[in-house]
Amino acid sequence: MQTHQFDAVIVGAGGAGLMAALYASQGGANVAVVSKLYPTRSHTGAALGGIGAALGNLEEDNPLWHAYDTVKGGDYLADQNAVKVLAEEAIDSIIELEHMGLPFDRTSEGRISQRRFGGHTSNFGEKPVRRACHSADRTGHMILQTLYQQCIKNNVRFFDEFHVVDLIMNQGKAVGTVAIQLGTGEMHVFHAKATLFATGGWGRVWQITSNAHSLTGDGSAVVFRRGVPMQDMEFYQFHPTGLYGLGVLLTEGIRGEGGILLNRHGQRFMEKYAPKIKDLASRDVVSRSIYLELREGNGIGGKDYVHLDIRPETVNRYLAEAGETRRVDDAYIAQALAETLELCRTYAGVDPLTEPMPIQPTAHYAMGGIPTNINAEVVIDENWTVLPGLYAAGECACVSCHGANRLGTNSLVDLVVFGRRGGKAIADYVKRASFTPLPSNPTGEIEAEINRLRNSKGKTRPGELRKMMQTSMMSNVGVFRIESGIKQGISDVQELRERYQTDLTIDDRGFQFNTDLIEAWELGCLLDLALVTGKSAVERTESRGGHSREDYQNRDDDKWMCHTLAYRKGDNPYPRGTMDLEINHNKKVDTSLADVDKRFLPKERVY
Amino acid sequence: MDVTFRIRRYNPESTTNPKPHWQEFSLKDVAETDRVLELLHRIKWEQDGTLTLRRSCSHGICGSDAMRINGRNALACKLLIRDVGEKVQIEPILGLRVLKDLVVDMEPFFEHYRSVMPYFINNTPVPADGRERLQTIEDRAKFDNTTNCILCAACTTSCPSFWANGKYVGPAAIVQAHRFIFDSRDQGAEERLDVLADPNGVWRCRTIYNCTPACPRGIEVTRAIGEVKLAIRKGSPEGIINVNDIPQHT
Repeated sequence: MQTHQFDAVIVGAGGAGLMAALYASQGGANVAVVSKLYPTRSHTGAALGGIGAALGNLEEDNPLWHAYDTVKGGDYLADQNAVKVLAEEAIDSIIELEHMGLPFDRTSEGRISQRRFGGHTSNFGEKPVRRACHSADRTGHMILQTLYQQCIKNNVRFFDEFHVVDLIMNQGKAVGTVAIQLGTGEMHVFHAKATLFATGGWGRVWQITSNAHSLTGDGSAVVFRRGVPMQDMEFYQFHPTGLYGLGVLLTEGIRGEGGILLNRHGQRFMEKYAPKIKDLASRDVVSRSIYLELREGNGIGGKDYVHLDIRPETVNRYLAEAGETRRVDDAYIAQALAETLELCRTYAGVDPLTEPMPIQPTAHYAMGGIPTNINAEVVIDENWTVLPGLYAAGECACVSCHGANRLGTNSLVDLVVFGRRGGKAIADYVKRASFTPLPSNPTGEIEAEINRLRNSKGKTRPGELRKMMQTSMMSNVGVFRIESGIKQGISDVQELRERYQTDLTIDDRGFQFNTDLIEAWELGCLLDLALVTGKSAVERTESRGGHSREDYQNRDDDKWMCHTLAYRKGDNPYPRGTMDLEINHNKKVDTSLADVDKRFLPKERVY
Repeated sequence: MDVTFRIRRYNPESTTNPKPHWQEFSLKDVAETDRVLELLHRIKWEQDGTLTLRRSCSHGICGSDAMRINGRNALACKLLIRDVGEKVQIEPILGLRVLKDLVVDMEPFFEHYRSVMPYFINNTPVPADGRERLQTIEDRAKFDNTTNCILCAACTTSCPSFWANGKYVGPAAIVQAHRFIFDSRDQGAEERLDVLADPNGVWRCRTIYNCTPACPRGIEVTRAIGEVKLAIRKGSPEGIINVNDIPQHT
């Protein structure tokens, strides 16, 4: 075992982690980034269409309109203080990214180019607005590359392929983390004054997902096991346009550029469900509409997918119908949506310039996660009590600026805005704080669990258990939910957790690059988060944003303008059958924008 | 259909077979649209959990799973069975030390990457209005192609010059430098061109052209290296790239 000491340790090297590392180190902190992947492998790089900010480069825009869209898109569950920060600081953050060299596409005036995106409107929902700043359709790739480049320029210290498996607590503070060096299997302790988790999401809980294989929610599970609650876990976003069968994401930018969803009758069905902004309604709305079409037998060829059409003749026909002067051609679409065309051609054998794309909703984004305040400090109860030394940002965190459903582009905004805030807050904190000593034997418990997995001698491989979990969660805790189904999901996951404890086996007993062992470990994290998701979902007896109950179809603002907090209880932190879980709904939604502007009060959500 | 995989194995910790060797696996019920990566997963998840590889996003953007597939470098997640046939040979990429099975030591690759100053340099004050630096659509287009790089190492480890001499910075590092050298906002071109004029810089490139077809991102690697060579000869990136000459991909 080796022990390292840094002012601050950032766990995860995607957009939020690198942003935090950059600002913490520029603020004078001695920082290390610990990541299970090489930084450029992080999933921020897969984000396609754009990052929203009211720059107003192509038409009038206003951060307050961005805030309104975010609150409405989040079905009024978002904390409005966080939304205000998100919308206002988006502008500065994106200009800073440009100053770091990010190659945004340009307008004819040489400014950052912007495009339309789902749910983004001008003047409080009046009409779609060009707010998504983009770099072709590989905006996330450019953000990730630019931030990594800047970290190299600033000599940030990286521990690549070090997998964090435990959070170390002492005297009521977070004092460090334990990581496995993948190349050697050796345990490392990172003793720090401040630790920030930026470990991304857990789409691999579900069968059809846009998420990378590595998105197994380790960071969230690790802090949850050490007593931090998980907030709003029932709110999970299914993106409407995953490539059929694979779940690979096709950007919302396709619809931003004028793409249309069609059922087997060639009917533009979104006109029924969102008469005003149609195909550009919020993701939860569009995903549900697709499911309803499929249920009515309107899937293509009787299968469970619909078409997304970006052929110029289709786009231009609908643009003309809407009285718009803009027109597109093959060359424009090929440039603006290059990645999308490539994905479709490679994986579906479909050329979107000549054929419509087959799409189905795909598990995409966790609105819930580790609760934080607007400075990325982790808070552990309804009174916003800060856990000293612990921070979180990006998808693994829940600040909550997305509420019950995240708007497109706002994940990238979230990670730059709150990654930056976290970095600054850490730089400030480590100047004031001193090191809290490590407890004795900080790796004892986790080493025992890792060794149990390494030497497990049951009959079932991790891949088999994972597949069963994914299938059950997809059908029982997916786009539409009902009490009996959720309960079935919970009981399936509990049974799998028991088998994880008693019947697991792996083939690789070694130490170097033991990815068999690591996948088994990651499965445990997924099983924890799946159970918390199910148990949080069954308790919320209303429909709101990404949580849609067939047995409680309406939003209930009298009862449910509150966040869910789920705490793990009991001694054994690792998955074993049921879990002692304490859930409360005492944390009220922050409505500070509505307090001064009635337009932010909850009302029926119509697109 | 049935598919046979022949995979180069190496496990330094193995007590029974610690030397590099080939191992065959058979898979049934394979569809021609299955990705090579999916099938490697099926082997790992259903037959032999010790099979070791890097992967993450599984759709060609993270750059983790470059490997040598039927003798050519590619990302395992971007090749389908219909692209490679029913007999598939898989090896680690060449020119970097093999650590275990398909996992190689990436550190020398990233060291070359860092040597070309792969970051934006502009020490003039930002615009006084607090907004973005301006750039024309044409100037932005000049380096668009090389911004696609995902550092997967498929180009560098397909290059015979790199195989012969690991001190050569290699195509990927030159692509990364190109992205900044031809960015009208950047001011570090002179220093980067100096680094690349070194004996282990661009002149180790013998225009063998392996790198361009190896790139899973459609980067015209050999062309980019050629443009950097021209800029070194001229002493400046000015006037090297004519926007009208950039090939259009549709």
